[in-house]
Amino acid sequence: MSSPTHTADDTWQIGETTLSSRFLLGTAGYPSPDTLRLAILASGSQVLTLGLKRTLAVPGGGDNGFVQIIRDTARAHGAHLLPNTAGCRSAQEAITLAHMARELLGTHWIKLEVVGDEQTLQPDPFELVAAAAQLIHDGFEVLPYCTDDLVSARRLVDVGCRILMPWAAPIGSGLGLLNPWALRTLRARLPDITLIVDAGLGAPSHATAAMELGMDAVLLNSAVSQAHDPVRMARAFRHAVEAGRDGHRAGLMPTSDVAIASTPVSGQPFVLP
Amino acid sequence: MSDLITIQTDHGPLQLPAGSTLATALTHILSHAKQDSHSVATAVNGQFVARPARASCPLADGDTVLCFSPITGG
Repeated sequence: MSSPTHTADDTWQIGETTLSSRFLLGTAGYPSPDTLRLAILASGSQVLTLGLKRTLAVPGGGDNGFVQIIRDTARAHGAHLLPNTAGCRSAQEAITLAHMARELLGTHWIKLEVVGDEQTLQPDPFELVAAAAQLIHDGFEVLPYCTDDLVSARRLVDVGCRILMPWAAPIGSGLGLLNPWALRTLRARLPDITLIVDAGLGAPSHATAAMELGMDAVLLNSAVSQAHDPVRMARAFRHAVEAGRDGHRAGLMPTSDVAIASTPVSGQPFVLP
Repeated sequence: MSDLITIQTDHGPLQLPAGSTLATALTHILSHAKQDSHSVATAVNGQFVARPARASCPLADGDTVLCFSPITGG
């Protein structure tokens, strides 16, 4: 979606697709399809996430028109769909679901998720690497949802991932950046990899902080969909992402443990040198 | 050898003539769900079966056939 606040000189890419918005939006948990549609528009997002489910387990599917709204809104505004493999516990499950998503949604992009722990929903780095290697071989653009661990991130890069999606905190926790040092380290050690902070962001200020660290984009869902006013929150995050990005590009001042006077008064005003 | 096979689906066991394919099974399954075959992706025993391969994918007694559709997601 075009926006007067998107800067034409600050684009980024997923595969061969050039994007200007750095805010990827999840589509789950909105109170109504129309609220979701309005939130998408307010976010300015150009990438919308979807999942897959055995919907035939529920007569009629239980979708209530949400997926159609997503497809229609994406089509009308030139946004792209990013299916995920949520719920998978093994590489094989994720590979199967990714192929299904490609057939159903006509995209070779896949947000690769493999859960390794039931309480934290922490990604399983070993299954992620195995799935990513196979899916890249099968022609997918793989966006793995991973932790902020540098070594497992490197293994994903080694098998061909050009984009990583490290967590800020566990999915749906809203805790914000639990380990800024780890994210800063990822940025410093993987300068050519696109980094999208995914999961755990609860407030617009969290998104700003992530972008100030030099992340390329953020992806979030619950912070918007669970807000009292999802449309307003989508707009707030949009501005927060843009502010953080501008702050990073402008260059943050160095920090200091002691005060450094900013007004050039040359000592005390009534004391002669 | 029985003339019928029983496959497992989200709607419970489904009996089909021996030699039935995934395409045949899908016709039966989707008749309950008011969905067309292009709106779902399919897996047999956890393995993806692409649309063009459904008609040539034979089912055996005990196979599990599952259908998937897009949903909202984060």
